[in-house]
Amino acid sequence: MDNRQKEINDLKDYKYGFSTDIENIQAPKGLNEDVIKFISNIKKEPAWMLEFRLKAFQRFKVLKEPDWQKPKFPKIDYQDLYYYSAPKSMKDKPKSLDELDPKLLETYKKLGIPLQEQARLNGIAVDAVFDSVSVATTFKDELTKQGIIFCPISEAIQNHPELVKKYLGSVIPTSDHFFATLNSAVFTDGSFVYIPEGVRCPMELSTYFRINASNTGQFERTLIIADKGSYVSYLEGCTAPMRDENQLHAANVELIALDDAEIKYSTVQNWYPGDKDGKGGIYNFVTKRGLCKGKNSKISWTQVETGSAITWKYPSCILKGDNSVGEFYSIAITNNHQKADTGTKMIHLGKNTRSKIISKGISAGSSDMTYRGLVDISSKAKNSTNYTQCDSLLMGNKCGAHTVPYIKNKNSESNIAHEATTSKISEDQLHYCQQRGLNPEEAVGLIVNGFCKEVLQQLPMEFAVEAQKLVGISLEGSVG
Amino acid sequence: MKEQLKKDFDNSLKNLSLSQKDIEIKKFCLDNFIDKGFPNKKEEDWKFSDLNQIIKNNIGELSFYNDQAYTNKVDTSVFVDGLEHNKIVFINGRIEKIDFEYEKKDQIEIIDQSETINEFKNSNSLSDLNNAFTNKCFKILVKKSYKLVKPLIIYHTTNSKIWSKNINLRLNFELDKDSSLRLIDLFNDTSEKNFLNIFYNFELKENAVLKNYKVDKFENKNIKYSFNNIDQDKDSISETFILSSGSNFSKNEIHCNLNGIYSSAFVNGVFSLNNNKHHEIRSIINHLTENTKSYQLIKSVLDESSKAAYQGKIFVNSDAQKTDGYQLSKAILLNKESEFNAKPELEIYADDVKCSHGSASGSLNEDSIFYLMSRGLNYQQSRELLINGFLLDVVEKITDSEIKNLIKNMIGIKE
Repeated sequence: MDNRQKEINDLKDYKYGFSTDIENIQAPKGLNEDVIKFISNIKKEPAWMLEFRLKAFQRFKVLKEPDWQKPKFPKIDYQDLYYYSAPKSMKDKPKSLDELDPKLLETYKKLGIPLQEQARLNGIAVDAVFDSVSVATTFKDELTKQGIIFCPISEAIQNHPELVKKYLGSVIPTSDHFFATLNSAVFTDGSFVYIPEGVRCPMELSTYFRINASNTGQFERTLIIADKGSYVSYLEGCTAPMRDENQLHAANVELIALDDAEIKYSTVQNWYPGDKDGKGGIYNFVTKRGLCKGKNSKISWTQVETGSAITWKYPSCILKGDNSVGEFYSIAITNNHQKADTGTKMIHLGKNTRSKIISKGISAGSSDMTYRGLVDISSKAKNSTNYTQCDSLLMGNKCGAHTVPYIKNKNSESNIAHEATTSKISEDQLHYCQQRGLNPEEAVGLIVNGFCKEVLQQLPMEFAVEAQKLVGISLEGSVG
Repeated sequence: MKEQLKKDFDNSLKNLSLSQKDIEIKKFCLDNFIDKGFPNKKEEDWKFSDLNQIIKNNIGELSFYNDQAYTNKVDTSVFVDGLEHNKIVFINGRIEKIDFEYEKKDQIEIIDQSETINEFKNSNSLSDLNNAFTNKCFKILVKKSYKLVKPLIIYHTTNSKIWSKNINLRLNFELDKDSSLRLIDLFNDTSEKNFLNIFYNFELKENAVLKNYKVDKFENKNIKYSFNNIDQDKDSISETFILSSGSNFSKNEIHCNLNGIYSSAFVNGVFSLNNNKHHEIRSIINHLTENTKSYQLIKSVLDESSKAAYQGKIFVNSDAQKTDGYQLSKAILLNKESEFNAKPELEIYADDVKCSHGSASGSLNEDSIFYLMSRGLNYQQSRELLINGFLLDVVEKITDSEIKNLIKNMIGIKE
């Protein structure tokens, strides 16, 4: 009853305008135009932005939740969610590492995450001295020197409206599918990156370095624009296990590569997967789409998906510019009761476009995994090629691994090759490793790492080392 | 269409002596069909071929009433020469002749099942249409340990005397323990713009062997849907070969349930299309128990603005350890208007399995053409030679040498 009273009080407050004390603000439960106006207002957004959100909401109202996916989930009551809540104040956060779950600390140790970072991940107030001289601050200066814009998207809406207005929604329009449209209507924050013409971004950009935006909430929106001849590598997420009180995560990520530009987007996702019996866990329903708008542009997606109760996403490339290239490298690991339905879409529109898909799926325990992908070569995409390889590894006979590729070729001058295999870890390989002194768990870790090598190689250095360890950790308890 | 369906259904019933219960079931099927209509592309299985639209564009209004009292003259000129065979002749949807002249009469039983309604594990509305309108249905039972000496050819003939725009056929086969049957479906259509809806059910007992060859070679304007349901017991083998070429639209669906250990299924197909033809093969192989095997090979050569689709699915149950499943589809697109769509699917719940699929589509290899032309062949000859070799690969998979030669001659493939 207490909560309810609080909600009512909150509602009363909003009636006459908006409080300036961001710390304690929470939008009333439910989804309606007022809530959207509230979010837009609190972010001090210009009118066009509110219009964008409302347009998306109009569309959302007529859309139905999709049901064609393999992993089924209990119906979500969209009116029972909070669509805006300000970052937690320092009071509610743990004061020191000692207050944390020892299991979590153990995992950190295995991954080799430094103490400072462990603290930051859990929102423990970091020593101010440390913060001001932190790597992140130094990096930020260097980026500004080169003219690179890297800031929260809410800041970009204020400071660079011309860029945001031009590109936001150009790849994922407000009229897109259910979850993407929901995000367009209620997104709270996310990253904005703009790389100017001819600039090669000197470092890997990571959400981790983006100060002041630690809590982006469940509806994250990312927009990355690489201008002519530029290059950027962007890292999302981290290998450390992440907990979040919001169950539904519906983020949108839009990439735009202009002439001769290249974007490399790497994700390591390790959200809370629920307990051993499949209770709880995050629903990760993300829309990621890249547009190779200019000639000779390139977009490359790399993902390591080990967390979440349900992962449902298809990072896609629209190859519009002639000679553009799209790549997708993926490792998806499901254990216990996790479910994943992931893959990619490669839509070839321009001439001489090329795409490559390498997907590795590993399922263990009672989990279920699906690769679902589309390769569509239109009649104008002359001389295009696609190569797809999706391999699945099964551990135990309670899990499932499925492959559902859609292959459409409308052009006689283009070539598509697709192959897929499903198998288990061979007894011989296991025997060999164990003979050399590895225990069964280590042996499986080693073999799985070999199975995933093609994808792990694509990750930036600092990620790759951690990701390798993560692969092993995710499969703990699945053998023997 | 609804009015027409109801009227034709009432007319059809008049010719049949059905019990009240059967009439009820038929009515139920009709209502189901009226409710669902023809499958359209909103249904996952019909994503690549919107039958509703295809019928609308090619035939327009359908009619469903067939006068079964009217006999057709059997035209012997369509019979295959040079191969002794047993015959079943369908003319305009009516069974005109069943002839097992080369076989021991007591080893084959022909059972009239017109008054029983078949249950198909197929959710699509075409089985309802078939259930509502089939008039005559036979079950062919091959008795224990009997291997048919000669192949059986089923002639599907339509001509200008056809009554309705829609023909529904149904045949059931039961192959008892250790028996074997070679079956060829030969399509011969001279009628214009009809919709053929054919359902076969095969029941293979222990160690039985079925070889089914579907040959749709002769140019025609018809629209065909053919559904094979094959249930297989221990050690049984089924082999299906599909030559998909002549009709305006054709969809072959193969559902194979490998229920017994060491049973195996082979599905091979050739699409050879031109003009505006649109053909599809959909296969579902269910590996339901351990040590089963399936193999599928589909090759397509597509010219002009033709379109081919292949949807193949390998399902492996959690009990089906040691499954071996393989699937390959390859397509050559000869014209920039042609189109190939594929959806090779794997759904696997057991870990000790070997399953793989591959799919490739593209143009003729320019290097190979160059090589042949440098050896003195002209462009046309080189092209033909390459296509010949490409398709020969599938035809060679036919395990029966007599029928292999027959089919080779029919498509004009040289060795």
